[in-house]
Amino acid sequence: MSTAEAMAGVPELGKLITRRERIRLPIWCYALLASVVGTAYSFRQLYPTPESRARFAATVGRDPALAVLYGKPFDLTTLGGLTAWRMGVFGSLLLAVMSIVTVVRHTRAEEEAGRFELVGAGAVGRRAPLIAVLRIVLGTQLALGVLIGALLTALGMGASGAFLFGLSLAACGWFFAGVTAITVQLTDFGRSAGGLAFTVLGAAYLLRAFGAGSGANGPTWLSWLSPIGWTEQAQAFAGDRWWVPLLDVLGTALLVAGAFRLARSRDLGGGIFPARPGPARGAASLRSAGALGRRLHRGNLIGWGIGLLVFSAVLGAIADSIAELVGTSQQANEIIQRMGGQGGIVDAYLASCMNILGLVVAFYAIQSTVRLRTEETGGRVEPLLATGTGRLRWAAGHLVFPIAGSGLLLALGGLAAGLAHGGRSGALGRQLGELVLAGLIQLPAIWVLVGLTVAVYGFLPRATAAAGWSFVGLCILLQELGPLLRLSHWITDVSPFATVPRAPGVAIPAEPVLVMAAVGAVLTVLGLIGLRRRDIG
Amino acid sequence: MENIIEVAGLRKSFGRAVALDGLDLVVRPGEVHGFLGPNGAGKSTTLRVLLGLLRADGGRAVLLGGDPWRDAVALHRRLAYVPGDVTLWPNLSGGETIDLLGRLRGGLDPARRDALLARFELDPRKKGRAYSKGNRQKVALIAALASDAELLLLDEPTSGLDPLMEEVFRRCVDEERDRGRSVLLSSHILAEVEELCDRVTIIRRGRTAESGTLAELRHLTRTSVEAELAAAPTGLEALPGLHGLETHPAGEGTHLRCEVDTDRLDRLIRALSAAGIRSLTSRPPTLEELFLRHYQDAEPATAAAPAAASMPEAAR
Ligand SMILES: Nc1ncnc2c1ncn2[C@@H]1O[C@H](COP(=O)(O)OP(=O)(O)OP(=O)(O)O)[C@@H](O)[C@H]1O
Ligand SMILES: [Mg+2]
Repeated sequence: MSTAEAMAGVPELGKLITRRERIRLPIWCYALLASVVGTAYSFRQLYPTPESRARFAATVGRDPALAVLYGKPFDLTTLGGLTAWRMGVFGSLLLAVMSIVTVVRHTRAEEEAGRFELVGAGAVGRRAPLIAVLRIVLGTQLALGVLIGALLTALGMGASGAFLFGLSLAACGWFFAGVTAITVQLTDFGRSAGGLAFTVLGAAYLLRAFGAGSGANGPTWLSWLSPIGWTEQAQAFAGDRWWVPLLDVLGTALLVAGAFRLARSRDLGGGIFPARPGPARGAASLRSAGALGRRLHRGNLIGWGIGLLVFSAVLGAIADSIAELVGTSQQANEIIQRMGGQGGIVDAYLASCMNILGLVVAFYAIQSTVRLRTEETGGRVEPLLATGTGRLRWAAGHLVFPIAGSGLLLALGGLAAGLAHGGRSGALGRQLGELVLAGLIQLPAIWVLVGLTVAVYGFLPRATAAAGWSFVGLCILLQELGPLLRLSHWITDVSPFATVPRAPGVAIPAEPVLVMAAVGAVLTVLGLIGLRRRDIG
Repeated sequence: MENIIEVAGLRKSFGRAVALDGLDLVVRPGEVHGFLGPNGAGKSTTLRVLLGLLRADGGRAVLLGGDPWRDAVALHRRLAYVPGDVTLWPNLSGGETIDLLGRLRGGLDPARRDALLARFELDPRKKGRAYSKGNRQKVALIAALASDAELLLLDEPTSGLDPLMEEVFRRCVDEERDRGRSVLLSSHILAEVEELCDRVTIIRRGRTAESGTLAELRHLTRTSVEAELAAAPTGLEALPGLHGLETHPAGEGTHLRCEVDTDRLDRLIRALSAAGIRSLTSRPPTLEELFLRHYQDAEPATAAAPAAASMPEAAR
């Protein structure tokens, strides 16, 4: 195929994509800019002098939990160094998610919906959708990187570090656009293509966490295997290794080239893995809306379970060495004492892990709640509701998963973290119980988000997905930025996760947990009432 | 026995768009009832209201003696539905889908299911997305036909079926009628309607345009007449119900062509015989003409001579 032919239709598709992303793309950009620039600005207000920053570096900056979960500190004596430390991993994750979601939506998901057939029959190259969406995603992220460089420079940070930092974030986004370009070729469904890409993202996060969590003699090189680790290793404002983001660029080029090769060897709508035939008869158990719900959600839940098992186990395994990261000097001992001794440091770290676990499971919960709406718009509800199945029974078949399935995942995550941690540090029984509980107390907060989404589904069905994902996004932003920006409690407490007790290591008060569970239940019931009264379709 | 479906003055709007605007529909027990109308006339909307998926804004709808919205679940156990646009679960095989839908309706007869699979030549082992459009349609059809429902609601059930399969479908519907089931069949395929339906209802723009047996409907429309006359006829202009009259001299006599309302045919023939008929052909309207007239009336602006067999599109 000649270049001209390959590019046929790309500008037109690009326009279509821009139009369909006219709300989402600006939101992504705004979220990134607001987090990075807001954080930088807030650091400037809080730690204006080198002395205040040195104090910060010697205290909070040495919290090993932050190094493992949020980013390795290199030079915290400059404002730029502080910003790069605190926002490097977070910004990389944000852009990676933006890449995955956007690329899937405009390639595999379009094919799955049968819309690309309509477009593809026109003068449009086979690879045009991929090229078009990559151009938009990569272009937007490059512009974002440059913009961040300019804004941080304007805030008085070193220009070289500022632009390196911005571009290394963008480069990580690029890499995951490349990863997704591959995964959308491999699977049949948009959902599994996204799942595969998110698995890679999770692995990348874990590799860098493990690298950052290893002492000087440990496998710190692991973070070099991770594109998120590369953002840290670029060491913006602390050495400025300009060559590191080139790894991302090279990786992106290889991945995209690979994706084009794969695209050539598969059919439109098909994956590389061919679909297998199914049973000629329904199993005797496939006889209720609940059974259908289990059938539809089973694979997804198992996938999440395996992923979170590994995720939590790795985070748990890091817990032991975490106190060592503080060091052994006199000063380090003081810090350790101030943080509640070795045990206190480990507990605080594990509490942060459980909090992250809660946010990750919230993604699962919203994903499986939104399924109600995709089933409805996909026209698969009508034939079911035309049988003896009522609306509530149908909805319940799905809602079991965000409501109870989430609990299963949280318990599993706590268990895995406890096994990995307790397995190495002894006192297994106590650890296990505490961590499973610490995982499970995130559940009521998730129920609130599920309840909100179901309520929207009942009364404003069109807004279901947008609302659900906005709720999760808002919780994450408030959680990450609230303390940095010193937002008032009135604002940060909007997120139900702000009220979750930070276990293990603290007594768990019953009240907030029960209140959130009740709020979640009331909202869910409200949504179901709406569903019973409205039109389907 | 009371009617299976009784709809009177049914109204439904989506925002400002009016989909049903006082629709009337009666389906009697044991009959196959054709439901016709141009695209966007409101056929699928009517079926969805009858299924309790949509809530009517006004009017009355009684289905199997119950309220389609309030008694939805109980009523659904007694009926089977084939949607106009069949989408299947991508990770369920066709066989699983058929079994699931049947069981949710309260069970299906395995022997009948297998017989139908064989008759429709459907491979039940494929997964949802591997089916072609026609085969997806068959999955929904088999699930509905294998059930023990009293009433079948079929929304363009043969769209996508090849002519052989369409024939199989017609025989199945005939058998259903023989077993005493009632069928409401929305369709754009006139031959199918002509062959299967005892009565038809034609709707346009959400309103009932015509309802009755095909013979009755034919009676309401015009017969075209062509005649060779010995002399020029007189007094035709005064005849009521005469349309498109054309006369021109042919040899010594006159050639005449016109359309006449079927119930006025008698008076036209008398007038013609006064002029001396040499030859006469009269043709009752074909079903196509019947429908085209209704469909075109719905939207005069788009009535520009569509091909006889295809339906003109009503503008939205
Ligand atoms: N969910 C909806 N929201 C808005 N408008 C709708 C909706 N469903 C149907 N309509 C409108 O109601 C009208 C009737 O549509 P309906 O689907 O009942 O037509 P139909 O007779 O089944 O047409 P076809 O022959 O094309 O299947 C159309 O104008 C359609 O655009
Ligand atoms: Mg329709």
